[in-house]
Amino acid sequence: MSTWLAVLAVGLLGSLAAALWRVWHGPGQADRMMAAQLVGTAGVGLLLILWAMGERAALDVALVLALLAALAAVGFVKASSVDGAGDPEEEAPDPSMIKGRRHDP
Amino acid sequence: MTLDLLRLLLTIALTGAGLVFYVAGTLGLLRFPDTFSRLHALTKADNLGLGLLALGLAFQAPGWAEVAKLALIWLLALLAAGTVAQLVARAALGRGAR
Amino acid sequence: MAVFDLALCTLILLAALAAVAGPGLFRAVVFFVVYGVLIALAWVRLGAPDVALAEAAIGAGLTGVLLLGAVGRLSRAGADEPLTSRIDWPVALAAGLVGAMLVWAVLSLAPGPGLAPAVAEILPQTGVENPVTAVLLNLRAWDTLLESVVLLAALIGLWPLARGGAWQAAAGPVHHALPDGVLAGFGRLLPPVALLVGVYLVWAGAYQPGGAFQGGTVLAAAGVLCVMAGLVRAPGMAAPLWRLALVAGPGLFLALGVAGMAFGGFLLFPTALAKGMILAIEMVLTLSIAVTLALMVLGPPEGGGAQ
Repeated sequence: MSTWLAVLAVGLLGSLAAALWRVWHGPGQADRMMAAQLVGTAGVGLLLILWAMGERAALDVALVLALLAALAAVGFVKASSVDGAGDPEEEAPDPSMIKGRRHDP
Repeated sequence: MTLDLLRLLLTIALTGAGLVFYVAGTLGLLRFPDTFSRLHALTKADNLGLGLLALGLAFQAPGWAEVAKLALIWLLALLAAGTVAQLVARAALGRGAR
Repeated sequence: MAVFDLALCTLILLAALAAVAGPGLFRAVVFFVVYGVLIALAWVRLGAPDVALAEAAIGAGLTGVLLLGAVGRLSRAGADEPLTSRIDWPVALAAGLVGAMLVWAVLSLAPGPGLAPAVAEILPQTGVENPVTAVLLNLRAWDTLLESVVLLAALIGLWPLARGGAWQAAAGPVHHALPDGVLAGFGRLLPPVALLVGVYLVWAGAYQPGGAFQGGTVLAAAGVLCVMAGLVRAPGMAAPLWRLALVAGPGLFLALGVAGMAFGGFLLFPTALAKGMILAIEMVLTLSIAVTLALMVLGPPEGGGAQ
């Protein structure tokens, strides 16, 4: 069992490491932010595995991390709104932009 | 004894499947061509991965309180991912429109 | 797990290097957020879940909001120039010196159990079962008292930055969001759960990892989210109740510390009353920490008018 959990943990850490590559390369701010979100989700998964390995308090750490996982991204969309205090949904995007966009500059 | 074995097998099968979805999400994040398709890879695959992982590990939980916490953690992660995907996609669109 | 630990250490170093030396402010901040998640994992591996909880709440939650807000502000002001790769030699020298001293300190640590047996021995007299809480709120209560005052002083230091000197106005800019949009919905859904988790962390801190700082940070995050989702206006310091919330924690701590002088000295809690006193301090301190941190993250008032 513990061997399997160790294998899982290393596999999940590999997945997390790949997300770091995306944080580095972007290209857009949205890409970096999403990759950070993936690091958070993988971190929660890793904490669950550490909990199953016997670190009892890891479950509470996972709870806090999952609870606050979206906070940084909310801060990001706030900060990137026009006045820094808005909401991307208020500024209705041009629907024609949805198709054919490749990269976020 | 057989019940313990069953629980062990379920844990291994479900957590293994969970890892597969995590890796699939990561592959999507690395290989998909644009921001919006990468968003799909992340929010869908990763949260399925976390759900399967939590479900698999729930078979090793010492009591129901831990099972409830695992369920809450997964629900919170789902809520976070859904919200973040929507908001970040909107922000990326808005930026492109400007 | 040796492979895991080695890989985790490598990733931590890479993330730290990318945050410090990588080009681009935004990338640096995202790497810092990611670094917080990795460090929380490392603390769990080191058997320090109390610190891991604080790191998860602060590093991955509030600091991200603070720093991303700062980057957004810089870019709106047109001041987000790419970081130069020029090395600032005096800073590099100072950092290198401190780093060398830290390495020396770690290498010269005597192998052994440290202070854990001494704490375990005295634990029954402290009133709580979590050794970390016993150290923070009883054995080394001085440090914690002063830390809570430092937090308050930091907030007061922020107020002179208020636009037009109106430090009593509502904290931060006036946040707004689509009333029935995703952000507002999230702002309604998450804070009740965060409230529950925050209170749980404080209560559980008496016998397992958790405590006032971790719980307070989670509550602060809930408050910041409510404000950012445009659901409530940030409080202003014209309201006496909010001022009371800021000083109640350090104030009660100080008062009970003085009361301890009746039992032999400042901040000495008698065993019979220790649990009640520590829990009272923790509860009120949680409130003060939550309000202080939330106001700091929301920023100095920008003249939006008090609530």
